[in-house]
Amino acid sequence: MDALRRTLLKGAGATGAIAAAIAAGVLKPSQVLAAEYNRAAFEAKDMAGALKNIGAASAADSTGIAIKAPDIAENGAVVPVDVSSSIPNTISLAVLVDKNPLPLSSAFDFANGALPEMALRLKMGQTSLVEVVAKTADGKYYKAKKEVKVTVGGCGG
Amino acid sequence: MSMHRREFLQILAAASAAGFALDSRSLLAAQGGSRVDGLYDLPRFGNVHFLHFTDCHAQLLPIYFREPNVNLGVGSAQGKAPHLVGEHLLKAFNIKPRTIEAHAFTYLDFAEAAKTYGKVGGFAHLATLVKRLRASRPGALLLDGGDTWQGSATALWTKGQDMVDACKLLGVDIMTGHWEFTLGANRVKEIVEKDFAGKVEFLAQNVKTTDFGDPVFKPYVIREMNGVPVAILGQAFPYTPIANPRYMIPDWTMGIQDEEMQKVVNEARGKGARVVVLLSHNGMDVDLKMASRVSGIDAILGGHTHDGVPAPSVVKNAGGQTLVMNSGSNGKYLSVLDFDVKGGRIQGFRYKLLPVFANLLPADKAMAAAIDKVRAPHRAKLEEKLAVSEGLLYRRGNFNGSWDQLILDAMLEVKGAQIGFSPGFRWGTSILPGQAITFEHVMDQTAITYPYSTLTDMTGATIKDILEDVCDNLFNADPYKQQGGDMVRVGGLSYACDPNAAMGKRIRDMRLDGKPIEAGKTYKVAGWAPVAEGAAGEPIWDVVAKWLRDKKTVAPLKLNAPKLVGMDGNPGIA
Repeated sequence: MDALRRTLLKGAGATGAIAAAIAAGVLKPSQVLAAEYNRAAFEAKDMAGALKNIGAASAADSTGIAIKAPDIAENGAVVPVDVSSSIPNTISLAVLVDKNPLPLSSAFDFANGALPEMALRLKMGQTSLVEVVAKTADGKYYKAKKEVKVTVGGCGG
Repeated sequence: MSMHRREFLQILAAASAAGFALDSRSLLAAQGGSRVDGLYDLPRFGNVHFLHFTDCHAQLLPIYFREPNVNLGVGSAQGKAPHLVGEHLLKAFNIKPRTIEAHAFTYLDFAEAAKTYGKVGGFAHLATLVKRLRASRPGALLLDGGDTWQGSATALWTKGQDMVDACKLLGVDIMTGHWEFTLGANRVKEIVEKDFAGKVEFLAQNVKTTDFGDPVFKPYVIREMNGVPVAILGQAFPYTPIANPRYMIPDWTMGIQDEEMQKVVNEARGKGARVVVLLSHNGMDVDLKMASRVSGIDAILGGHTHDGVPAPSVVKNAGGQTLVMNSGSNGKYLSVLDFDVKGGRIQGFRYKLLPVFANLLPADKAMAAAIDKVRAPHRAKLEEKLAVSEGLLYRRGNFNGSWDQLILDAMLEVKGAQIGFSPGFRWGTSILPGQAITFEHVMDQTAITYPYSTLTDMTGATIKDILEDVCDNLFNADPYKQQGGDMVRVGGLSYACDPNAAMGKRIRDMRLDGKPIEAGKTYKVAGWAPVAEGAAGEPIWDVVAKWLRDKKTVAPLKLNAPKLVGMDGNPGIA
């Protein structure tokens, strides 16, 4: 199965099927982004500003948010981070990196019961806390965090 | 032959003073009557048996290996195994001072005791011990924890082939890896798929492809042993892509992945495994933490941190308990773990970490012949005498060992640098006072696939950042954020170190020739083993060999160790 899936996906990439879909207007990332782009939150230069602008300045700690990220990043330029929420009626998830120049990396809305799960690749210049904020349909905010260490490497073992 | 302990010690002292080794057998016999024979007299217990060696670093022949006198534990690790050295270790494990066991597990009186008891390890001697234990333990599995295909000249020159063949001859059943990966992904796959096919399983649940996260190796195997289904899981060194060159394994991602580990344990249990053993290259501190978080593993046979720990650490967790062992390095020890399984449940266990003393175990003829054959084409180069060392040379320990100091002194002089950095590797054999240093010995300290020596201009701020970064990889309070190497060895520059401080605040009072290092000033820094792709430079072994040929005699070296802050009373330092 794995080999087949790989072949199919590689084939899709090679024939430009995904690019074609975007060109044909099936996928419109820029329009989606433009619709509800929270400029103030994304351009905030510190955590407090970013949290305030997404309305989550006083979010409560929650164990219902799962953050899967490496303890030490293999490459700070592309850190794989998987996020999900088991909090009922989660309608949006925002991911922040506290030491980044612009801490808010991404925010997603989940409409019509879409499962609040996503996999991201984040850039981190130094050891940082990845903080995830979940918003529920009743307007409440919850948060969880995990430290990811970024190191220059070498000298092991 | 009967002799009192006092007389024995007098003979020992006289022999050491005279600078020659007495016949180990008669000395050992004098020491405690049946001690020599008793050392390897280990009756079978139960019906499930594992033999484990790890981190042999390609040492096919017997060698000397001095255990550390600095192996600091911080935070919750302070004062616990494996962070006990010298007399603290003897006391914790109830080992009598000045015995063969005390010599095997500590640095105490190392040079004198090594002359008396002789070299340790060597695959021909290990083979004899493995054969004996297999004869008394039918069905026993031999596990190799990795760091097997790297660490010697012949392993480097044959791309690991000498070790692959030796392990097959030794009868290794299952292995996992770390330095193996520095031969490159293609070479590893070639060995696993061709040389090992149908003979040796290479297991690693935590190595996946970077694109889709597909497993690169099998995560576990189930074997039936004397009627009991047993599962063996593999865990490769989680931080290989960070601690070693990423470009050698560009398509593989690793990490600790304890949630995945739990799934693998559950799957193996679900398939009927009654005993679950993890063959791990996490390092002991990581293994201890993993044992507290993952349930259902009966024992972790671990490596990487080179800790020769005489007894298991017992860790409680949600599923009961997990035994955590670490089997040392350089072929110096063989772990023997026996379980008694009745009615599908473990009723009890026995564990022994056996030191491999070459003088007490005759060489296995087939293995000795195979090793001779591998070495023959390289013999002249290996045996070139470069210089004589007047002092003891060793590497292992949290800070500069005398071997590191030698490498640093050579680099500073040959490269014309102000400051030197040498990696805090935990492998590298020891040299006794008066012993000749051969080219092979230099390779024992340096044989890697990225041996380039470099000379770089660095600002004081960069130097501080590097020292802080490596120090955090050693002393971070969370073992999952440690990498398992020792502190980078530093030449020229003096500094103070507070292991308990936070990241960025451990390194203090950096000085060069007594003057404080300036953040904005540029310094000439020599180093080797760069992990970045595209680095170049004369191999470090040539730099060191050149320096040694020139010196001819190396006087005892002054160690440039940092001034430690807040470590008074820590049993990880002597």
